[in-house]
Amino acid sequence: MQIVDLEPIAVTIDITWTPIGHLDDIPRRGARCVETPKGRVAVFRTADDAVFALEDRCPHKGGPLAQGIVHGHAVTCPLHNWVISLETGGALGADEGQVKTLLVRNEGGALFLSLDTLTARAE
Amino acid sequence: MTQKLVIIGNGMAPGRMLEDLFEKAPGLYDITIFNAEPRVNYDRIMLSPVLSGEKAYEDIIIHDEAWYAYHGVTLHKGARVATIDRAARTVTAENGITASYDKLVIATGSSPIIIPVPGSDLPGVVAYRDLDDVARMLDAAKGGGRAVVIGGGLLGLEAAYGLKRQGMDVTVLHLMPTLMERQLDPAAAYLLEKALAARDITILTKADTQAIVGDGKVEGVALKDGRVLPADLVVMAVGIRPAAQLAKAVGLEVHRGIVVDDGMRTSDPAIYALGECAEHRGQCYGLVAPLYESAKVLADRLSGGQGEYQGSVTATKLKVTGVNLFSAGDFADAPDRQEIVLRDAAAGVYKRLVLKDDRIVGAVLYGDVADGPWYFDMLRRGADIGALRETLIYGQSYQGGGTHDPRAAVAALGDDAEICGCNGISKGKIVAAITAKGLTTLADVRAHTKASASCGSCTGLVEQVMALTLGDAYQPNAVEPVCGCTDLGHDEVRRLIRAKGLKTIPAVMQELEWKTSCGCAKCRPALNYYLVCDYPDAYADDYQSRFINERVHANIQKDGTYSVVPRMWGGVTSSTELRAIADVVDKFAIPMVKVTGGQRIDLLGVHKEDLPAVWADLGQAGFVSGQAYAKGLRTVKTCVGSQWCRFGTQDSTGLGIRIEKFMWGSWTPAKVKLAVSGCPRNCAEATCKDIGIICVDSGYEIHFAGAAGLDIKGTEILGTVKTEDEALEHVVALAQMYREGARYLERIYKWAKRIGYDAVRAQIMDDADRRRGYFERFVFSQKFAQVDPWSERVSGKDKHEFKPMAIIAEAAE
Ligand code: SRM
Ligand SMILES: Cc1cc2nc3c(=O)[nH]c(=O)nc-3n(C[C@H](O)[C@H](O)[C@H](O)COP(=O)(O)OP(=O)(O)OC[C@H]3O[C@@H](n4cnc5c(N)ncnc54)[C@H](O)[C@@H]3O)c2cc1C
Ligand code: SF4
Ligand code: FES
Repeated sequence: MQIVDLEPIAVTIDITWTPIGHLDDIPRRGARCVETPKGRVAVFRTADDAVFALEDRCPHKGGPLAQGIVHGHAVTCPLHNWVISLETGGALGADEGQVKTLLVRNEGGALFLSLDTLTARAE
Repeated sequence: MTQKLVIIGNGMAPGRMLEDLFEKAPGLYDITIFNAEPRVNYDRIMLSPVLSGEKAYEDIIIHDEAWYAYHGVTLHKGARVATIDRAARTVTAENGITASYDKLVIATGSSPIIIPVPGSDLPGVVAYRDLDDVARMLDAAKGGGRAVVIGGGLLGLEAAYGLKRQGMDVTVLHLMPTLMERQLDPAAAYLLEKALAARDITILTKADTQAIVGDGKVEGVALKDGRVLPADLVVMAVGIRPAAQLAKAVGLEVHRGIVVDDGMRTSDPAIYALGECAEHRGQCYGLVAPLYESAKVLADRLSGGQGEYQGSVTATKLKVTGVNLFSAGDFADAPDRQEIVLRDAAAGVYKRLVLKDDRIVGAVLYGDVADGPWYFDMLRRGADIGALRETLIYGQSYQGGGTHDPRAAVAALGDDAEICGCNGISKGKIVAAITAKGLTTLADVRAHTKASASCGSCTGLVEQVMALTLGDAYQPNAVEPVCGCTDLGHDEVRRLIRAKGLKTIPAVMQELEWKTSCGCAKCRPALNYYLVCDYPDAYADDYQSRFINERVHANIQKDGTYSVVPRMWGGVTSSTELRAIADVVDKFAIPMVKVTGGQRIDLLGVHKEDLPAVWADLGQAGFVSGQAYAKGLRTVKTCVGSQWCRFGTQDSTGLGIRIEKFMWGSWTPAKVKLAVSGCPRNCAEATCKDIGIICVDSGYEIHFAGAAGLDIKGTEILGTVKTEDEALEHVVALAQMYREGARYLERIYKWAKRIGYDAVRAQIMDDADRRRGYFERFVFSQKFAQVDPWSERVSGKDKHEFKPMAIIAEAAE
């Protein structure tokens, strides 16, 4: 899924990766925040050690997704229980909405975030 | 005159025979049964689940008293037959009861073999055959201690697992180099041994018992290699011997068992033998499926038919929860045989098929046993598998082109494919019963066809057959499941957690077959609570399964900030506390300070990053978390009571504070709010709380099950007690009863309504022992729960929660 996102962007922009820390900084089935000039980003680590980055704003009423409960490749928003797919950023189930996803790279545990995508997606 | 049929032994085989007989020819005989065991016919196969606590005796009764009465059967319980007078055609029991017969069935089953080593008669040495043995084992397990099981076969391993579940230290001694050598090849035995070791059961193979040692009772088992293993209980499960002494004594032909012909008749034409005591074509059986086949033949014979028993091929499953094992047929190596083996180490799967002339002659499956019935069906039919050979080992679903849908697999089965091995019930029979009788529930199908009514391991298959036959009309569960990840309801999950001794969330999900890899936001917090409640000492709270408020110990607000509510015991505060709050508000520029509906103060709009510092300052002033976020004790509201009020009858403020200090910290299914009012004017609003106390002149009137949120409901009266100490004990016991019984997120008023107010009163008011038990369990769990979460976090716990992982100053262009 992440790869699918990567390709079209890779052709148009030169990605800059910013180090944000280590996989072990994030609890399994948990998330941490990264403060950026473009807003707060939630970086998730799932039970199978996959890493995802999403804008930390629920499409419903802006709830902080990093504070939700992580299950499978999804997170349940702490405010009103919308379930958001970490892979696509889309709301699952009956709800409709979209969160911006960002690229993260995991190099043997060292994590890098690309902010370009946030800009690119935001435009 | 009606003919007289006498049966010696009231086990599973004659029980089934009678069912068949009553169906074919009701009222044909006047029936008398003698049973050495002092009880009705029960499902012996299910003794292991009774031992492990997964079932109760009542659950395994096959024929209750009413059944015997309905069919006019005379059952002499606890009456062992001492002799048969073949000439006079009478039998006489040890207790003197005599009965005469026209036809006699001997169904005395087997006796467990006790190896005649010194000490085998010591108290504390038991066999594993009947309910009394289970009772003896359960009794021994009460004090924990060590158990040694001699024999690593089916029974020994089931006993070992059950005793382990009952809290004993268990060692299994097995004479052979590998476990269950008669059913398993060494590779499967190895996987089994590993699985048992993971359950903390010690296995010693090649262990030859020399003696059982002890002074007046068992103290240990001495091995021939010189080792002595300490033991408080020794279970002998080395094998069984057909119980044929009685038949032999009266001159019937007996080899290993009582010899019968294809009509189940012994050497005396008036006498039949059935079950494990019988020997047919040189073969004695020790599993119910073949016995049920011969029972059918005997029923036919007794009702005038000419049925013939042809012998059976048997398959085995081990009933140790979480171990999937299937074995059938013969799998010894031989030159004219080939084998196909599949191993998947990661998944812990091992499958081996032994073939001869393109026919399956043996199958051993470990880990994934779904295809067991399919292989067994082909084995029994002697089906030619030549065409399937390449893909055979991948199982049935593969043959259909790679679907792994169990329903498709069941759909592909032929009508005569066997679904229930214990009872020999084919798919066609189940389908026919469903259609003819309009059955819609599993219980109905069990009642009418017996499919999955014995060991239950084919329940899933039976359900698939039902789903196929009924389509949408099949509603597998009437109970509402916990969430989409499971079909089980909350009560079932709680029961199984205890019955199976599951101690972690992954264990629950694995054993109860969760449909998702790691649950969801609904089930995980519920499971986490159930485990915290059941194992307060051993369970490590799963932090990632808690809602954010319980993770950061503050209440999240709509803008992502938090509110902070410190405890104000019983709603009482002081100038020092108020000053500390004022200082914190100024220092952190907290935008709002509000008095809550729960008699305390709420600081709203605190930034998450500031939380630990805010708590540190509050902690300096002696504040602890008010747990305004917790599924736990929230507040105990009080009024001023006898200390100030002109109407106050007791110290309601003091009692409220005492209760709050006693109960804070515990996790509960949903939030719990209390109040204590000093007189019936009820200024603390105790009559709409989860638990309330109204003080009166003569003591304390305890109320429960009130609500004033989404629903409004006045409380019910639990009862009145005289002293403050009693009031505390009753309130705490009630809370613990609720903790142990309620479903997650179910408030006390809903729980109490569901189980009945009187049921609560009966346990808390009328049963002092139970009340004390609840109270003590609450006190025990508080040892681990009464830790102020704020001060823990001020000292650094879960720091990562309050700090961003990284701060990127400017876009790295
Ligand atoms: C702060 C407070 C309102 C206030 O400003 O006074 C309050 C605030 C909230 N209440 Fe309440 N309730 C507050 C007293 C009450 C009371 C009155 C009482 O306790 O005497 C009730 C009715 C009594 C009862 O519980 O039945 C009450 C019935 C509810 C309910 C309905 C519960 C129910 O089962 O019917 C909810 C919703 C829920 O729990 O699912 C709720 C939920 C909430 C939540 C937690 C909503 C949420 O999920 O965010 C609010 C959190 C605000 C916060 O962050 O502090 N609050 N809430 C009160 C805090 C009391 C305290 O000191 O701890
Ligand atoms: C713990 C355990 C687990 C098992 N698990 C399985 C399994 O998973 N699958 C499977 O297929 N099989 C299993 N079995 C075997 C199965 O239970 C037996 O094959 C079956 O019960 C035999 O039935 P039966 O009627 O021949 O004898 P039994 O059920 O043993 O009944 C014989 C009865 O006769 C009574 N009796 C004996 N002598 C006299 C006398 N002189 N007078 C009056 N009464 C007498 C006995 O007290 C007993 O109640 C298990 C057995 C045990 C003990
Ligand atoms: S009543 Fe309770 S839940 Fe509703 S807005 Fe007020 S504080 Fe929030
Ligand atoms: S803000 Fe996320 S569900 Fe409402």
